Amino acid sequence: MAVGLITLIVLLIGAAGFVAGRSRALTTAGGDIRKLHSLPGYSGQAVLVFAVAPALILMAFWLVFQPLYVETRVAGMIDAADIAEGSSQNLVMSDVRRIATGLDAAIGQGVLSADDLARIHAAPDDIRSRLGEVGIAVGSDIRPGVLRAAEEYRRVTGMLRGAMSVAVIGLSLAGAAFAYTRLSPEFRARNVSETAVRMLLLLASCVAILTTAGIVLSLLFESAHFFRLYPWQDFLFNATWNPQFRGGSDLGILPLLWGTLYVSFVALLFAVPIGLMAAIYMAEYATRRVRSVVKPLIEILAGIPTIVYGLFALITVGPLLRDYFAEPMGLGNSSSSVMTAGLVMGIMLIPFVSSLSDDIINAVPQSLRDGSYGLGATKSETIRQVIVPAALPGVIGAILLAASRAIGETMIVVMGAGASAKLSVNPFEAMTTITVKIVSQLTGDTEFASPETLVAFALGLSLFVVTLGLNILALWIVRRYREQYE
Amino acid sequence: MNEMRLTEREDVTMAESKISARGVQVYYGDNHAIKDVDVDIQDKTVTAFIGPSGCGKSTFLRCLNRMNDTIDICRVEGDIRLDNEDIYDKRVDPVQLRAKVGMVFQKPNPFPKSIYDNVAYGPRIHGLARSKAELDEIVEKSLRRGAIWDEVKDRLHAPGTGLSGGQQQRLCIARAVATEPEVLLMDEPCSALDPIATSQVEELISELKENFSVVIVTHSMQQAARVSQKTAFFHLGVLVEYGETAQIFTNPRDPRTESYITGRIG
Ligand SMILES: Nc1ncnc2c1ncn2[C@@H]1O[C@H](COP(=O)(O)OP(=O)(O)O)[C@@H](O)[C@H]1O
Ligand SMILES: [Mg+2]
Repeated sequence: MAVGLITLIVLLIGAAGFVAGRSRALTTAGGDIRKLHSLPGYSGQAVLVFAVAPALILMAFWLVFQPLYVETRVAGMIDAADIAEGSSQNLVMSDVRRIATGLDAAIGQGVLSADDLARIHAAPDDIRSRLGEVGIAVGSDIRPGVLRAAEEYRRVTGMLRGAMSVAVIGLSLAGAAFAYTRLSPEFRARNVSETAVRMLLLLASCVAILTTAGIVLSLLFESAHFFRLYPWQDFLFNATWNPQFRGGSDLGILPLLWGTLYVSFVALLFAVPIGLMAAIYMAEYATRRVRSVVKPLIEILAGIPTIVYGLFALITVGPLLRDYFAEPMGLGNSSSSVMTAGLVMGIMLIPFVSSLSDDIINAVPQSLRDGSYGLGATKSETIRQVIVPAALPGVIGAILLAASRAIGETMIVVMGAGASAKLSVNPFEAMTTITVKIVSQLTGDTEFASPETLVAFALGLSLFVVTLGLNILALWIVRRYREQYE
Repeated sequence: MNEMRLTEREDVTMAESKISARGVQVYYGDNHAIKDVDVDIQDKTVTAFIGPSGCGKSTFLRCLNRMNDTIDICRVEGDIRLDNEDIYDKRVDPVQLRAKVGMVFQKPNPFPKSIYDNVAYGPRIHGLARSKAELDEIVEKSLRRGAIWDEVKDRLHAPGTGLSGGQQQRLCIARAVATEPEVLLMDEPCSALDPIATSQVEELISELKENFSVVIVTHSMQQAARVSQKTAFFHLGVLVEYGETAQIFTNPRDPRTESYITGRIG
């Protein structure tokens, strides 16, 4: 039985248990809900939880451990003779898996009958072409040992699948029955439901944490690969970025890091003052009506896809800056430049700064404003000397969040600043950033295991470290700020 | 009503009154919060405003330094004079006025700055000190007047928000007196304080009246009786009775005042 179907059955059992549990709770109390410890709905929920949760947990574990068990068991069947020259146990095992799925598909589509299978052992070559018919290509000839392993693989997997269906559905029924028989007016179903909710929430937060851990681990793992092929000193301190197809590349991060920081700096240079002033206007000066129009309008900026900003940079801002600033001032003739990307990215970041800062400025207690006005301060004196200083830690947090956005931005940079890695201080020159190079190294046509490709992971890791650091700093500052008024 | 107002006017000779209000109406949108209030507040006296909550004490107090201007929907009508000058006149800058009529709020609200900077805030804004030494002097004098100098003189550069509630309130009083106001308005200055801090602040108020005219809103009748010389009783936006504190508490003329004082309106 398929996993989806089993899940559906378990959920149906749960639903039935809910209805049954609810009405049973009412019956045990003789129809008077005042006698119940918990409302009937909670009793229903308790039955539902007992029916669904253990069964699904069992299934999850089963699905994780079944392949491990089958692999070890089947791997034992392959002799050294079956492992061809230049191949390895792992490659043979992946053949085994592919043949097993191929056989499943072939039988499923009727290309192959179970009887055929018995005869095939005589001529394993035949099976290769048959599998080809159902779209499964097997590299080399299939050796009899491998075929036998594949069949064993199919058999054990099928058997365990069946066992799993029985076990999971059985557990579900047993759970439902267990909870159902326990129902009585004193049964603390409300507490069961409370625990279930807590577990659910815990699970949700675990998903986020585990995903982060997974991403970090995969980055670390691949980066470790890279650093085995390429010395880390060169990666960190080499001032040239020049990947070659035939090896012997210079893969220094410095020009990319410089480009990243330069573009982000320019972006923040535009975004921070404008965003902050917009926030002050919205929080302190705008009437309710103006605010209700202006704030969503600014936030629309945050909803524009970055590729659209990229187009804007490429077609409008780039040529404009080149014709009116760079060329007249003799600073270059490239329409892709740090300035172009920084300016457009700055526009993108305005809502990040303004929206968060606006909330933070609004959170400054009215009593501080009253205090300042009460001493005869004007509005702008109050803003400059009381409100902004009070909101500053939070505003800095907002700026750092915007900065980590800027550092991770890719599209605007590709289209605005170009793709040539350079260490230069001229803002009207084309440069590029870490994110752009990650994309181009991974989508290039070099071999996956070469340092030229693997460097992408090391770059990703560096970027991750930088933005993580910024985020932690931002969160820390924002939290300190929150404590201030409590 | 009219009769009462007449008797009052006899009590108060115009020469002594620091602030005189006539026919004051305050509206919050459609809500008529203060109805035709006349009052004369004397110099170097403590005047208490008492009354059940929501009766408009704070609203009226905030008219006296035009703090109500900061509330969009609030509209003030009538005539309020400080030293015989109309404070709602077009030529009067409310910002300048607030330097002359200081205010202390219900909840202590020190700025998130150092103790020194809190007190120096007003003098700096209004340019009251010509040098750092003069500013130091003003800060020290104000903190002494706020009866908190001895407690903070060793940590003037520590944040004002780190003080205890009572200390914070006295710091706010020091901050308010630092601009050398002529009138000090206090809106329930002790309601967030414990009894010990309250008695310190009350003592301070009695000292402040040597130099300022103090108007204090309080919900505690004992407090009004302890610190004030004049008491005004507000009810539902109307000034019901105004007179010597002793007279109001021992021999109220209006039955509503009597019910409030004996605890029947609250
Ligand atoms: N900022 C405001 N906006 C609208 N109405 C207000 C505001 N402040 C006070 N009011 C109204 O004015 C009336 C008097 O309030 P207030 O002066 O605060 O009373 P008190 O200080 O005597 O308790 C109340 O009805 C209150 O609802
Ligand atoms: Mg009040």
